[in-house]
Amino acid sequence: MRARYGATGAESHLKSRHVQIASLEDEAEAMFDRGWTDGLPVVAPTEARVRRMLEGTTRNPADLVTVVPPDLVECTVEKVAVNAVMAGCRPEYLPVVLAALEAVCTDEFNMHGVLATTMSVGPVLVVSGPIADEIGMNHGINVLGHGNRANSTIGRAVQLVIRNIGGGAPGGIDRATLGHMGKQGFCFAEDQAGSPWTSLAEQHGFGAGQNTVTAFAGDGPHLVMDQKSRSAESLTRSLADSLLGTISSRVVMGMDAMLVLSPEHMARYRDAGWDRARFTEELSSHLTVDADTIIAGAGGIDEGLPSDFAGMSLPKFRPGGLLVVHAGGPAGLFSAIIGGWVNGQTGSDPVTKEITQ
Amino acid sequence: MTIINPTGVTVLDPTAEGRPAGRDLTARVDSLTGLTVGLLDISKPRGNVFLDRLQEHLIRLGAGVERYTKPTFAKPAPVDLRHEIATTCDAVIEALAD
Repeated sequence: MRARYGATGAESHLKSRHVQIASLEDEAEAMFDRGWTDGLPVVAPTEARVRRMLEGTTRNPADLVTVVPPDLVECTVEKVAVNAVMAGCRPEYLPVVLAALEAVCTDEFNMHGVLATTMSVGPVLVVSGPIADEIGMNHGINVLGHGNRANSTIGRAVQLVIRNIGGGAPGGIDRATLGHMGKQGFCFAEDQAGSPWTSLAEQHGFGAGQNTVTAFAGDGPHLVMDQKSRSAESLTRSLADSLLGTISSRVVMGMDAMLVLSPEHMARYRDAGWDRARFTEELSSHLTVDADTIIAGAGGIDEGLPSDFAGMSLPKFRPGGLLVVHAGGPAGLFSAIIGGWVNGQTGSDPVTKEITQ
Repeated sequence: MTIINPTGVTVLDPTAEGRPAGRDLTARVDSLTGLTVGLLDISKPRGNVFLDRLQEHLIRLGAGVERYTKPTFAKPAPVDLRHEIATTCDAVIEALAD
């Protein structure tokens, strides 16, 4: 067992209440019945499995990780490990789960608001640094989809902690009108090695070699197709054209977005010698909106800005409000937009945390 | 009956093992006459329109009205605002709108 699964850490004392499942019960059904799951089956968090999970970190099981919204409950490393087992994580994913929780449980990220909003958002987690390859994360084919254990279970573990420790369950504090499947757990890795640009983590003040996770309050991904652009200028205009409709073409500045730029789209910028700064500058120049076209009533649509904005030119996104990540399979002239939620003091800001062992 | 789980698996509780301390609701009032009712606007569009109408009705019923506004609908009301409402009002109505 030890050779196959690693040490069981029998030397430490675990504090979690032990719940015995009756011999006539199916443990998977018993865990559904107790409301511990997200709707999919979970791995039974036996003491042996939790101890193996705890081998993934040097932190003491009793260490406080964070205070989890919405109920503002103190959460220990041990409780995170229990939920990580249930999500299907391997022990080496645990440090990423811990850092992700530290990110989403900040005032800046505002997990309570992200839950309570009727909009669809949930935590979107982007892992940067060498740990992504070390633990086998996917930054290639189907990067925003299923099929990779680390991608699929890290975000799920975070959401299980929010549910089981913080009390944030759909239909309770989570009031999303629609939601999206990524709320089951949305985590992927940045393709740094394949990118000529600085990473997302570097944009947030970290080094290229540092292991980090960035939490963004995001919607489901929305495909952007451009198969004809052969110049950086054309592709930039095309991406901007799609980005202007993020959330609603009538929403400007108040909500952020993430653009997942695929390798074949990135090739246009590599060929043209554009760096991230040049791309951001050129893209921003095409993301200015004539306010007269989106004022309430314009075009026969009641949704829109107050008439005070008449005559102005407004940026679609606030400065820094568009996060750009390089990831995806090697073939396909597509990128993806992940719409955000209310940004800044009244909503959620992206938060990056360093991953430590 | 088939024994699905012959060994009776023991699992560790993934929850916080407790609920937030329960708090009793204040007793319902029999009449609004002479009482102060707080109207809390959560800053959603048109919440004020709804509260304006409520205020008219409450005054007609003989109640006093105090108006309050949350800084943003996206976050819980600041503790100071909650305290002010709790110490000033006999009852409170929170308006959701859109």
